[in-house]
Amino acid sequence: MTDKPTLAVWKFASCDGCQLTLLDCEDELRAVTEAVTIASFPEASRAVLDGPYDLSLVEGSITTPADRARIQAVRQQSRTLVAIGACATAGGIQALRNFADVQALLETVYARPEDISTLATSTPIADHVTVDFELRGCPISKTQLLEVITAVLAGRKPNVWPSSVCLECKARGTPCIMVAHGTPCLGPVTQAGCGAICPAYGRGCYGCYGPMETPNTAALVDWLRGLGMAEAAIQRLFRTYNAAAPDFRQAGDRLGEGRHG
Amino acid sequence: MAAGRRRVFPTLRARLPWPDCTGPIPLAMDRTDMTQTGSTGVIDRDALQALFDAVIARGYVPVGPTVRDGALVLDELTGVADLPAGWTEDQEAGTYRLRRRDDAALFGFTTGPQAWKPYLFPPKTKLWAAEATRDGGWAIHNTPDDAPDDTRPFAFIGVRPCDLHAIQVQDRVFLDPRHPDPLYAGRRERALVIVVQCGQAAATCFCASMDTGPRAESGYDLALTEVLEGDAHTFVADAGSAVGRSLLAEVPHDEAGADHLAAAAACTQRARDQMGRRIDTAGLPDLLSAAYDSDRWDALGRRCLACGNCTMVCPTCFCSRVEDVTDLTGDHAERWRAWDSCYTLDFSYIHGGSVRRTIGARYRHWLVHKLSTWHDQFGTSGCVGCGRCITWCPVGIDLTAEVPLIRDRGSKA
Repeated sequence: MTDKPTLAVWKFASCDGCQLTLLDCEDELRAVTEAVTIASFPEASRAVLDGPYDLSLVEGSITTPADRARIQAVRQQSRTLVAIGACATAGGIQALRNFADVQALLETVYARPEDISTLATSTPIADHVTVDFELRGCPISKTQLLEVITAVLAGRKPNVWPSSVCLECKARGTPCIMVAHGTPCLGPVTQAGCGAICPAYGRGCYGCYGPMETPNTAALVDWLRGLGMAEAAIQRLFRTYNAAAPDFRQAGDRLGEGRHG
Repeated sequence: MAAGRRRVFPTLRARLPWPDCTGPIPLAMDRTDMTQTGSTGVIDRDALQALFDAVIARGYVPVGPTVRDGALVLDELTGVADLPAGWTEDQEAGTYRLRRRDDAALFGFTTGPQAWKPYLFPPKTKLWAAEATRDGGWAIHNTPDDAPDDTRPFAFIGVRPCDLHAIQVQDRVFLDPRHPDPLYAGRRERALVIVVQCGQAAATCFCASMDTGPRAESGYDLALTEVLEGDAHTFVADAGSAVGRSLLAEVPHDEAGADHLAAAAACTQRARDQMGRRIDTAGLPDLLSAAYDSDRWDALGRRCLACGNCTMVCPTCFCSRVEDVTDLTGDHAERWRAWDSCYTLDFSYIHGGSVRRTIGARYRHWLVHKLSTWHDQFGTSGCVGCGRCITWCPVGIDLTAEVPLIRDRGSKA
């Protein structure tokens, strides 16, 4: 079994949802374990093999000085490093701290804030080490995770496309909810991969997969204003799971100009 | 416009297999035959189910308009009861709203969010599968079992004239005798086409400009014109093929008198009068080919989301990408074809990067191809005036508003 490639799963600041996607594979899990040796995956097993590892899946963002050092050690032990999920690729929902005064938050939340060692920002893995591939999503898609693992093992490029959610909506035959109902939707500026789930159930896209390849957020914001949305409501659309992704951050910042101290 | 400035490929037109470039492509499946007698009739609304019954009895799966997700979409139908009785819609740039009519018209609307394209050219298709062999090679399976296509024959019920023309435009792409697409050809050959002529037009319609409607004259098996006058609710039927004639013969109907035909003509005129938009097509291919440096493209690049919606809803856009996938063992591979859009960076990616990096360049590519270079490539316009790219653009970009602006800039230059 030692001649199989080894897989390690690492957690940083995150909810665990993305790494649990690996366990959600269920039907394909046996094929995964036949293709790789799961060397380190604390959510699945206490047995941990020593590195180095052929493939590391890294979940979570960097929010503490300790994690800032730990990600360097992970990189050094990993032949291929794939960042999985919105936290690891954009800083996650916890990157909302990037727009606030962290010291003030600490003093509000904790009785002894001086015991907390944290960074002022939540940042993606690629801000700290070289990342070989970023798999987007909050959470990631099981199908795309399997595709990335398969592609890494085969030494090919994953079939993961940076185009808009709209293309997936149209492929599954969902009429545009923004056009047909006036429902605000981030789909046109968001990367595909989820299969356009939310619009299929009448909900606007929340932007879980982060900005698409060339997001024209300014044009979408203009249109949302025309639909009657308030500036603050539009800003909240951009300030969720991928709030600190540069394109969404800029969109949110532009909407916030003049309203924040 | 100086012809010398136009970027054309002079040899291409000469090589087109249908030299006149104006009529419909001569197809095996074009069963149009207008010379026979017994090809017209008047079907009462209450007898329309008999048409569905006759279609189903012949083994067809009826596909037509129905209400779903707040829109009039195309889906598989069981009978007349699934049709959107009493529904219509309001369309404007970036806006579509379903609305109740004050009558019980079954086809009292125009074009929905998607045309018939998914039934002839599905969004995603497995082309073949392959297994690794013991000697280190690959065995490619392209039998129907390995790449199963939906081979059920569809009866398209309620094809609008613009959408019929769109099918004929895609025929030129997919059925070119030099490189016919077998999947499209099979689906097209099996399909029955029942047109419903337009009796109204949306604010986004401009088929009259593109000479594709509001009335289809040929290319269908059967064409219906829905007429509501007082308490009378009838369909004036015109069979365009032997299949259409035999279907009509199986459905209770009356002779179509001059008054019926006049009523049907009045419906067409009403749609023509309501036509919400227009494009001046005079010299348009030359104009757009020469407008490469127009400053309008930058302005459009600021508004366009590059989301690709216009290409997805366009009934003639035909681009696809090919994806090769392997499984975890590495012993099984598949090749898939999926709809693609010229609005993605990957679409124009070649060694070194994408050719059309700005959104304005991508909009230009789409519009100029659609209205100009399509003529060079396929002998027709790529636009049928259905208006879907206007309605379903999430930010309401309207090509009928953009073309005059480009034209104005050109004349000042």
